[in-house]
Amino acid sequence: MKVTLKIFRFNPEVDKKWHYETYHLDAEPTDRVLDLLEYVKGYIDGTLSFRRSCAHGVCGSDAMRINGANRLACKTLVRDLGDKITVDPIMGLKVIKDLIVDMEPFFENYKKVLPWFINNSPLPADGRERLQSPEARERFDDTTKCILCACCTTSCPSFWGSDDYLGPAALVTAHRFIFDDRDEAAAERLQIISETSGLARCHTAFNCTLACPREIQITKAIGELKLATITGKLD
Amino acid sequence: MANLHQFDVVVVGAGGAGLMAGLYASRTARTAVISKLYPTRSHTGAAQGGISAALGNLEEDRVEWHTYDSVKGSDYLGDQDAIEFMCQEAPQAILELEHMGLPFDRTPDGRISQRPFGGHTNNVTGKPVRRACHAADRTGHMILQTLYQQCLKNNVNFFDEFQVLDLLINDGKAVGVVAVNLADGELHTFHAKSIIFATGGHGRVWEITSNAYAYSGDGAAIVFRRGIPLEDMEFFQFHPTGIYKLGILITEGVRGEGGILINGKGERFMEKYAPRVKDLASRDVISRAIYLEIREGRGINGSNYVYLDVRPEVVNKYAALDGRTNPDGSPYRVTAEELLKKVPDIIDFNRVYLGIDPMTQPMPIQPTAHYTMGGIPTNQYGEVVIDDQKTVFPGLYAAGEVACVSVHGANRLGTNSLLDLVVFGKYAGLRAAEYARGVDFTPLPSDPEGFARQQFEALRTGSGKENMTDISNKMKKVMFDDVGVFRTEEGMQRALETLRELKERYRHVRVSDTGRIFNTELLNAWELGNLLDVAEVITVSALNRTESRGGHAREDYPNRDDVNWLKHTLVWKRDGRFEIGYKPVVITKYQPKERTY
Repeated sequence: MKVTLKIFRFNPEVDKKWHYETYHLDAEPTDRVLDLLEYVKGYIDGTLSFRRSCAHGVCGSDAMRINGANRLACKTLVRDLGDKITVDPIMGLKVIKDLIVDMEPFFENYKKVLPWFINNSPLPADGRERLQSPEARERFDDTTKCILCACCTTSCPSFWGSDDYLGPAALVTAHRFIFDDRDEAAAERLQIISETSGLARCHTAFNCTLACPREIQITKAIGELKLATITGKLD
Repeated sequence: MANLHQFDVVVVGAGGAGLMAGLYASRTARTAVISKLYPTRSHTGAAQGGISAALGNLEEDRVEWHTYDSVKGSDYLGDQDAIEFMCQEAPQAILELEHMGLPFDRTPDGRISQRPFGGHTNNVTGKPVRRACHAADRTGHMILQTLYQQCLKNNVNFFDEFQVLDLLINDGKAVGVVAVNLADGELHTFHAKSIIFATGGHGRVWEITSNAYAYSGDGAAIVFRRGIPLEDMEFFQFHPTGIYKLGILITEGVRGEGGILINGKGERFMEKYAPRVKDLASRDVISRAIYLEIREGRGINGSNYVYLDVRPEVVNKYAALDGRTNPDGSPYRVTAEELLKKVPDIIDFNRVYLGIDPMTQPMPIQPTAHYTMGGIPTNQYGEVVIDDQKTVFPGLYAAGEVACVSVHGANRLGTNSLLDLVVFGKYAGLRAAEYARGVDFTPLPSDPEGFARQQFEALRTGSGKENMTDISNKMKKVMFDDVGVFRTEEGMQRALETLRELKERYRHVRVSDTGRIFNTELLNAWELGNLLDVAEVITVSALNRTESRGGHAREDYPNRDDVNWLKHTLVWKRDGRFEIGYKPVVITKYQPKERTY
């Protein structure tokens, strides 16, 4: 099929302002948007810049705005988009070049929620694993899926307003640890996410949940965190 | 040199092995981890099914059985002292990951859950054993996340999106690396006492692959150019179940949960090739079986793929025929809901990329280039050994897929890759830090950035008459057709000639992007140079080995030849010419015998 692909272009070493470049390509309905970008880069314009690695939706490198919605380019097929495709960088992070944005503020927010397991109690005397019931493990399963692609955070109107808002991805990480019954720092994390740049900035727009390529129920997770800050309980 | 850094230990690569090395080295030494990707983008995150250890959480298991299975899986080319060490360390390594917070799936009594995997058996009954510890079908993702988080907790210094281009050597020692910062194109020199390469594999040499774009053989190519040999490069694993045409991995865990391979006649063909463990035979055996079925016209509709069927009714039918039972002795049965929990990502991949639902339709699959068994020769402490005399190259270490210890020999068992990178990443980190404590910095060579600059300069000033994507595609095709699952002298000679043509054409590539900021075209062009170099080493090694063993299957030499070939290959390039040497396989308890499943 014939596809018209419009790509956001900005080269900081040449351009004063961004513009769209339009490419007319032959594509298979089963082609990934990433395949189209690779084709443009390989045969039409080698300067086109984007991040990518695994090409099947697990490394989180190629989050982009595709026909207006945040998605992974490697997990979005032409057949689901039709013959007119527009690709922009994700919003709310500074564009460095073409589809590459500055990810540092995103990772800085991630680091604020203490994104590591904390348990200072002695290990089991036999040196074996800390026991955890299948139900307790299931409690935070959904939020372990996060690949830090930033689709959620950069779809969030509150984050567009101010990047000191932790954003959904950091809150998902907080949820993964707060609801893990082996972890001992829930109170400390709840304190961090209760501050002004945290939970209070979530206005339940649901954009994050719709944007997540891993289908994490992010709004639900944030809701559970809000409830925990109110009740002080982790049920 | 505006950008000079000094660290005791520098780790190149931030996948499982690099992070583990960085975590352990940083406990006692000033350590930097340099990665061309953000660490969480590393390919360890794509590993699905599990990581093995004889924990025996669901049924009896023993370290010795894991050891023997790995020796047998390696087709007796693995070094048995290293395999014993890895399997011995495995239970502790898994528990340590759990203590770091890794969210393994759990058994009803709260222990780490385990599932069967190809080639892992109860050595008494010969039946598959539950040895693979898992977190759904994203075990690698959880390992990568957990280790990155622990590194952050321990303030490891990361240099993210820095591509290492060269290894610096002075006075016979590794003394540093040169890297380019992708964000601004600046070269940086890292002066170090110990350098650990943990850069992963090179599956992007082949057309159909499960590997990430990043898997371009950087580490192997860099050290090879500096005179370090590469070991057993003819051994590369083709995983039997990649999504048709795309190569995306469908974990062996699907067969662990009861999935069955079916040919165009509707037959469960693995019964013929591996009567005892059938669909859970080791990967090389199954990949060859699929090729043979296809060659004899028994692909689906006569085409070049077969089905992997995990529909619950099919799983239950064959589980009943096999007499498969649960740990409590009751008959094994599954529902769609249970499968959805065990392999959710696989189901998602099929829905997204093929538009099919594996709960109601079988999945079209073909073998896909998956794992590098060969690599930079090391001992079990991650020290790089450069000859057949166990001579250590001072200051240089390698771990994970880029290294060849060798624990995988001619064919790796599923789940042993994650185990390899956790165990040997740790020991490489410990040993590198220990070495750094005992020595002073050796001065850098003069103009340390010269060779890196020269390589980039060539790519910026080529005649421009060749297109690098064409070269890349041609390489991938010839490697898949002629240096793939089955190999012949004639095909590999053809491949070698093609590769040499392509290398000549590569000299005429000119990168059109003249900028400094995120010049990904320049980076891709440089990576292609690595792939071409590595492809040539693979082909030279494969042509040289006139036998069939594990992942190296020659139609003109169909049998294993222990008299002449029970030895590792070492390849050097000296003055532009390949030199081939050998080193003996370490055999402790297990004498080679015929390998059947």
